[in-house]
Amino acid sequence: MKLSKIFKNTLIVLTACIVLSACATKKEIATDIKGSMQGDVYTGTDTVKYLAEGVPDRVFFATNESILTTASRETLRAQASWLRKNSGINVVLEGHADERGTREYNLALGERRANAAKDYLMTYGISSDRISVLSYGKERPVDSGSNPLSWSKNRRSVTVKAN
Amino acid sequence: MIKKIITLLLILIPINSHALIEVDITRGNLDPLPVAVSPLSIDEKSRKNFEKALKKENIGEEISSIVENNLSTSGLFNPLSKKAFLQAPDIANLKPRFEDWNLIKAQALITGKVNYVNDKLRVEFRLWDVLAAKEMMALAFTTVPSNWRRVGHIISDKVYERLTGEKGYFDTRIIYVGEEGPKTQRIKKLAIMDQDGFNNKFLTLGNELVLTPRFNPTSQMVTYLSYFKNLPRVYLLDIETGTQEVVGDFPGMTFAPRFSPDGKKIIMSFAKDGKSDIYTMDLENRIVERITNHPSIDTSPSYSPDGKYITFNSDRSGYQQIYIMKSDGSDVKRISFGNGLYGTPVWSPRGDLIAFTKLHKGKFYIGVMRTDGKGERLLTENYYQEAPSWSPNGRVLIFYRETKTNEKGEGFSAKLWSIDLTGYNERQIKTPTDASDPSWSSLLSN
Repeated sequence: MKLSKIFKNTLIVLTACIVLSACATKKEIATDIKGSMQGDVYTGTDTVKYLAEGVPDRVFFATNESILTTASRETLRAQASWLRKNSGINVVLEGHADERGTREYNLALGERRANAAKDYLMTYGISSDRISVLSYGKERPVDSGSNPLSWSKNRRSVTVKAN
Repeated sequence: MIKKIITLLLILIPINSHALIEVDITRGNLDPLPVAVSPLSIDEKSRKNFEKALKKENIGEEISSIVENNLSTSGLFNPLSKKAFLQAPDIANLKPRFEDWNLIKAQALITGKVNYVNDKLRVEFRLWDVLAAKEMMALAFTTVPSNWRRVGHIISDKVYERLTGEKGYFDTRIIYVGEEGPKTQRIKKLAIMDQDGFNNKFLTLGNELVLTPRFNPTSQMVTYLSYFKNLPRVYLLDIETGTQEVVGDFPGMTFAPRFSPDGKKIIMSFAKDGKSDIYTMDLENRIVERITNHPSIDTSPSYSPDGKYITFNSDRSGYQQIYIMKSDGSDVKRISFGNGLYGTPVWSPRGDLIAFTKLHKGKFYIGVMRTDGKGERLLTENYYQEAPSWSPNGRVLIFYRETKTNEKGEGFSAKLWSIDLTGYNERQIKTPTDASDPSWSSLLSN
């Protein structure tokens, strides 16, 4: 009887160990991705460059989407305010897609993403003749990885000085 | 320059015969037909002349090895080892000793002769049914010696046609994009090669990004997308003269070009203000016609072989799916209803099927469906593959496949692959650099 009790306790301890270790790994992965992705939109700063202090050059998109997130709109408002102050600068919005789509559809998707950014800049007072749009589809990834985090960095619209 | 019209003089007419060997190409052929390809015989004088002209020691052997290779890659034939051949090429061509060929289990035998006549290459060849001990076909033709590889392809096409009842696809070329460099900064060039990977030639230098080249029906012109001066536009290239001109000079990106089946129009997408629609341009009078008008992405258009319909992909339903419509843009109908996303529809040259790329649960498939969307059949599954293009006889699809990179982002590659409509005979097509966006030409000699 005593023996069986010890055995039972050992079993409980063992099970607890397994459960705990499973939790730990799961949590680690979750924070890792959570740190730089929300849903599947990239929220990190790894690849981001700056047009000026506090003015990030790019916004990111969810898979197959061209909707601007709250963070993207904030970035674009900063860009618009910088462009208003620097009225001599024109920009090219370069739209990109990740590698998980057919080439031609991705060219169209990149164009749609860059235009979403362009429309937003225009509502904040930037004239359309200061903005041109160029889609690269999946042709110019910034990250060559084949995983969700890399793809999220590649789904982007980058604002580049044209002059 | 690339296209030298072959002077085809068909002298001998196939002898009428029936109930001889037949190869069924509608099913996956797991039991390829054993065939003996005897080297083309050549006299010493001709051999020396060709050696001087072509730097090939024995052009007869070279041509028959092209035939052997073609027949073998078709998956329908099994060329037997020459070591086992008992009869000399010249004698076999006159009158095969069928018992000898029967002994090595050959069911078909190809023999022939090549001569140097007035600075020309004259070839004759025969196809024999070994079991029936009969000649099935005898043909001869003359061409310039530099066409010697094409001679091998034409013989292969004739043999294929005689044994399967359908046109071959060996005397054809592939136009594609040659790729080099890191994944984040790929250098891409237009490239052209024979169907078997020989005579590869780069047509652009790689200074600008080029994508999606496609042949016109005569295979002398190519339409493609170029980022020349960072303006993505549809271009036209004359392969013979090397002349390039922009045809899609609209105020925005033009892309996804293809020729109409009569070669008179280019159909393409034009992207502006976040929407992509399909347009055509008449190459003669430059009249532009708008075919679709929808706030969604409409792209990858492809005509039916009779020119009456267009298939394309659109995300108007919320996701990328395949549609067909009349060539004036009316009667738009969605035809793909399976799980996943569907893109890059291409109408088969036979008219009955549409090949496509499908993305489902993180995998990419090349498949075919009937033009009403029924009878979907997935031929191959991989991490990434897309853009099927049909062989001119509609029996084989060529496409490209990209590899998944490792955790460091290394190990990227892009290669051309082909697969039979049956789903069998998948094989990689060797290219000097990485490769993508293949497009198959029509049959060059007919």
